[in-house]
Amino acid sequence: MDKKKRLRKIKRELPLHLMLLPGIVVVFIFHYIPLAGIVIAFQRFVPAKGLFGEQQWIGLGNFEYLFSLSNTFNVIKNTVTIAVSKIVLSLVITILTALLLNELTNLRFKKVVQTVIYFPHFVSWIILSPILIDLLSPSSGIINQLLGYFGLGPYFFLGDNRYFQGTMIVTDIWKGFGYGTIVYLASIASVDQNLYEAAAIDGAGRLRQAWHVTLPGMRGIIALKVLLSIGDIFNAGFDQIYNMYSPVVYKTGDVLSTMIYRMGLQGGQYGPAAAAGLAQALIQSFLVCIAYYLAYKLFDYKLF
Amino acid sequence: MKKTKHKKIRTSTSRKIFNVCNITLLTLAALSCFLPLMYVIAVSLSGKAFVQAGEVTFWPKGFSTVAYEYLLTKKVFWDAFFMSVKVTALGTTINLVMVMMTAYPLSKTSDRLTGRGVYAWYFFFTMLIGGGLIPTYVLVSQLGLRDTIWALVLPGALPIFNTVLMINFFRQIPIELEDTARIDGAGPMKILWSIYVPLSKPAVATIALFCMVGHWNGWFSGMIYMTSPEKRPLQTYLRSVVIQMDMSQFIGDDYSLLQLLSDDTLKCAQILVAMIPILCVYPFMQKYFVKGIVLGGVKG
Repeated sequence: MDKKKRLRKIKRELPLHLMLLPGIVVVFIFHYIPLAGIVIAFQRFVPAKGLFGEQQWIGLGNFEYLFSLSNTFNVIKNTVTIAVSKIVLSLVITILTALLLNELTNLRFKKVVQTVIYFPHFVSWIILSPILIDLLSPSSGIINQLLGYFGLGPYFFLGDNRYFQGTMIVTDIWKGFGYGTIVYLASIASVDQNLYEAAAIDGAGRLRQAWHVTLPGMRGIIALKVLLSIGDIFNAGFDQIYNMYSPVVYKTGDVLSTMIYRMGLQGGQYGPAAAAGLAQALIQSFLVCIAYYLAYKLFDYKLF
Repeated sequence: MKKTKHKKIRTSTSRKIFNVCNITLLTLAALSCFLPLMYVIAVSLSGKAFVQAGEVTFWPKGFSTVAYEYLLTKKVFWDAFFMSVKVTALGTTINLVMVMMTAYPLSKTSDRLTGRGVYAWYFFFTMLIGGGLIPTYVLVSQLGLRDTIWALVLPGALPIFNTVLMINFFRQIPIELEDTARIDGAGPMKILWSIYVPLSKPAVATIALFCMVGHWNGWFSGMIYMTSPEKRPLQTYLRSVVIQMDMSQFIGDDYSLLQLLSDDTLKCAQILVAMIPILCVYPFMQKYFVKGIVLGGVKG
């Protein structure tokens, strides 16, 4: 009887298992095999012999080589500086924008602003970079012309080590701040309306209400966003930097992902590049684990 | 008169000042996102002399459509454009089928799917750590996928984050619906495609939009895997001509038209045409992705 029941259960569940099969196969080939392929980091890798081929093992040789390079620490510093600035500043600006949008009483205007500021998120850096390169040009760029009216500049935003990082940070925030407000606006919308009435009765104006009611109402989502962004501390944004930097600004603009690409796929140094990739992946997954763990403990946040 | 006329509570002077500042600030923010688009349109439609003198800002000067006429005859551009259309259509279809098929079983509780926890971890683990660029590149090359469209769609065939979003969405659908359908004799595939997917329209639309935009904007895979120039997707092609200034793009082009053009005009025309599909899809999708992100994003 019990056996019969089990058999029925298996028969009923079988289609579900079969549905998972394609996903399992794809993930196995394109995630788990490359994950095992990280052994390249410990080899003097010759592509012709192939992944898992008869390669020469050199232990930590690739890592030693990486740390013997003079610019490795500089690259790490650039990566963290750019990434952390982007995270912190975009958080502040996004939340501020969400609060300001919430204060608009003309809903039509609000809708137009939202539609326009969400848009850059959907446009690739391939398209945005040449536009920004034009607009930021020291000779003919509109931004420098504008600054010229105030007696400033011209600044070579993309070709001067003093400004390159700042330009990356500002343009990245510009691309994403609008889109980022969506989640915050949702949490604002879910704030209990009675709280506003109560605050108004207590004599709080709209600004005080924003400070004492709206912002505390967003506390949960803000904390969660901060936590989850920990995983991005070593991710400075390859697409953006790769398409806007040049050898002149490698000193401040070269980051881990761009270095790995140049070293590995352009320079053919597969071993050292994979070693740098492994180091980055390990730190990043460590941070992501901490982030998820804390998010789960503090906010009962579960991905699955 | 608007029907929702704002209640006339006394508006203090400080409130008025705040409103003016707020509207100004948000207008500036919106302009910063809108004017670059205007700049591209303006340059692409301006005369050569004005563009070269750097006189064009946000409105065309010396109106001319020669850049677009020239672009129509440019075969490399359209090869790349249709390659992108193909990649986007194929890639998005594969993504959607894979996401639905994976999300549906995983949205079940473990008493309805034996081993759910193991499966969930199998997929979740890939979000924590990956092999990175170098091993993936070597693998794709070794599988012989280079220079085929599969190199652009297979490695990312199952976007895990979108699957998570879908799982969370499926979970909100009452299980009674499924039980009823099953009594009527429907199998899991039928239940998924005729009950779960139609009921999850905002989430499906959101994921479709994300995948479409992702494929359309993809350039890196095209750059490292596609060796034949005629198989490059549009963004990879754009990168080579617009950012790297690869002049071989002009081989075999119509020189009589080319003379009337400045590089910038042509560049902006190509950028704008590459943006058009996104500009077209975007307004229709907005209500869906806002809903989808809110439902999936806040929770998962």
